Amino acid sequence: MSYNPFVLPFSIGLVIVIILILWKYFRWVFSHEKAEQKKIVKLIFSFKIFSVIKEIFMEVLLHRRIFKINPVLGYMHSSFAFGWFLLILGGTVESKLHSHHAFNMFYEPIFFKFFSHNINGFPFANGFKFLMDLILLYILSGLVLAMVKRLYKRMFGMKKTTKLRLVDKLALTSLWCIFPLRLLAESLTSAQYHNGGFLTDNFGNILAAILPVNQLEYPAWWAYSIALGVFFVMLPYSRYMHIPTEMVLIILRKAGFKTEKKYTGFSRVEVQSCSRCGVCLDACQVYSATQRNKMLPAYFLQSVRFNKKGKQGLTDCLMCGRCQEVCPVGIGVNAIRRVKRNEVFDEKGAEFEYLKDSDSKTKKADVIYFAGCMTHLTPTIKKSMVNLFQKADVNYWFMDEDASVCCGRPLQVLGKEKDANILADKNRELINNSGATLLVTSCPICYKIFKEEYNLNIKIQHHTEYLNELVNSGKLKPVNLNFSAVYHDPCDLGRGSGIYSQPRELLSKISITNKLENEKEMALCCGSSLANLPAGFDDKELMAIKAAEELCKSNPDYLITACPLCKKTFVQACNERKIGKNVKVKDIAEMLAEAVM
Amino acid sequence: MADFGYKIQEDRQINYDSNDRTLFYFLKRVEPSISLCIGCGTCSATCTVGQFTQFDLHKIMLYVRRGEKVHIANEIKKCMLCGKCSLVCPKGINTRNIIFQTRKFLHSNK
Repeated sequence: MSYNPFVLPFSIGLVIVIILILWKYFRWVFSHEKAEQKKIVKLIFSFKIFSVIKEIFMEVLLHRRIFKINPVLGYMHSSFAFGWFLLILGGTVESKLHSHHAFNMFYEPIFFKFFSHNINGFPFANGFKFLMDLILLYILSGLVLAMVKRLYKRMFGMKKTTKLRLVDKLALTSLWCIFPLRLLAESLTSAQYHNGGFLTDNFGNILAAILPVNQLEYPAWWAYSIALGVFFVMLPYSRYMHIPTEMVLIILRKAGFKTEKKYTGFSRVEVQSCSRCGVCLDACQVYSATQRNKMLPAYFLQSVRFNKKGKQGLTDCLMCGRCQEVCPVGIGVNAIRRVKRNEVFDEKGAEFEYLKDSDSKTKKADVIYFAGCMTHLTPTIKKSMVNLFQKADVNYWFMDEDASVCCGRPLQVLGKEKDANILADKNRELINNSGATLLVTSCPICYKIFKEEYNLNIKIQHHTEYLNELVNSGKLKPVNLNFSAVYHDPCDLGRGSGIYSQPRELLSKISITNKLENEKEMALCCGSSLANLPAGFDDKELMAIKAAEELCKSNPDYLITACPLCKKTFVQACNERKIGKNVKVKDIAEMLAEAVM
Repeated sequence: MADFGYKIQEDRQINYDSNDRTLFYFLKRVEPSISLCIGCGTCSATCTVGQFTQFDLHKIMLYVRRGEKVHIANEIKKCMLCGKCSLVCPKGINTRNIIFQTRKFLHSNK
């Protein structure tokens, strides 16, 4: 057995980090109930495990999703992850072949060149020499990119990067030191014993010409070991915790775990999987419009992780979900934010006694039409809907024609779940008593809560889906009006409920739709989302103007959306700021009503 | 006493010295746009709750300024926070936040 005191910092660091990580794993998994834990066991002993391993390889090591966002950024991340993995793997095989034992001390592969001066005489000895240097060069190239990124982030497709905490800075520094120090230590050894490959041997020879290599060799190995040790000790407290956490996240997610109503062990895994890479920063419209940064997922998850109390970051968010779409780890920020809002704000604050005495009557019908509060502010939408219902000869009941009870989502997104449930109960009663088989709503906000929280046993459709079906079945026969249009995806309908194709299909029958820069999953939010409480009129106007400008780039005749709130926002933005030459903002139902005339 | 159909009206004098205006100052700090209110009443006209019961944000805003907390506490609970009032407000006041913050304030300062 080879031993030298300089391996101690590395060894102690490694032991500490392994104990801490195992403790965290243990806490995450055992905070869940038995039935849920069984899901993990079931996953491990099923064929699905191969897809899990594949995903871990693709995401944790190769960082496929970051490659998709920006190839240079992806190369940088994968060089560290995959490169380091290969370095450990290669070193282990090399040292085992060299020592002819299957078991050697765990630090031997790491400090192989120090302990084994003569590294010939085992299979592929020269191949390993070359390979290990190549891998080191791969990592070092990534390191150079990481340094360049600090100065020229735009080269990596990023406008902004996250500000680091002190622990992160220390961990980052030690991480950056590890590989240059390894190069230095191996080169200094190679200069004396010629056991290095193309990189370390040549670099060692250069160093030998100018430096006293035999004196510097030992301190260099100490420094390398200390850098590793410091990084390991910092890891569980810094952003680098994402390295051991992301694998767990992938496994648990495949096993069917989700953050729903409570902050569970899985939520904790999600929170710690955030590496604060900063990809979400550029996606956030609140940030780009107002420069407030506390609600950015990277900082919000950080404040959740370290239990920082501060409500700014909690409430100042549109919950539009753009950040979730770009997140390379796929963290469900919206769900976590909702859970946290519930924790803070879900005190019983409302009194809806008056709803009990209200004489809202149920009418028997086949189809219920629920316009939603916002649609009452844009009455042309509900008029068009009524018009279309009559044209298609549908037996419908306009549920909230006179007095509408709010669907409850505006309360729910602010974390007032209990209050929202009272409203939901009232609406549910009305809906169930009508005996209808279909509920159509004009408001994506209502649509989402009807679908997700109401547990209705009837079909629920947004009017885009419903109208598309009516047109397809021939009940409505629109003529093609041949105008050019752009379609704006409302957040709650698109990202929130996954409805992208129906409105596009419907629109293609009556108009020519222009392509947009940010569409579907990456569609911009109009800025008026009810989930954001502190954003005032000015903030919302800023966001609306930016979104409207992008939508109107192609100078369409019409800006079509499928949400009364988006419509109202864009009408204001386009008309008052004269964005787009004479663009008219319409809901898809209004357009169809015109086309059916 | 015989009822002649007349009665003495309740005292409607507003005493700014004895009224507790802390809520108004709190709201001014957390939602400065409250100062823009011109009392036009558009919020009350569009209100979802107003269709069911006597609920008047316009009145509540007046009470907030006067510091009549008792009235506010009973009324403010009725709001569904649907946000229509903030969309129609001609001065762009974030009324939804005002109601939310008022509830929070009254909850923690009972």
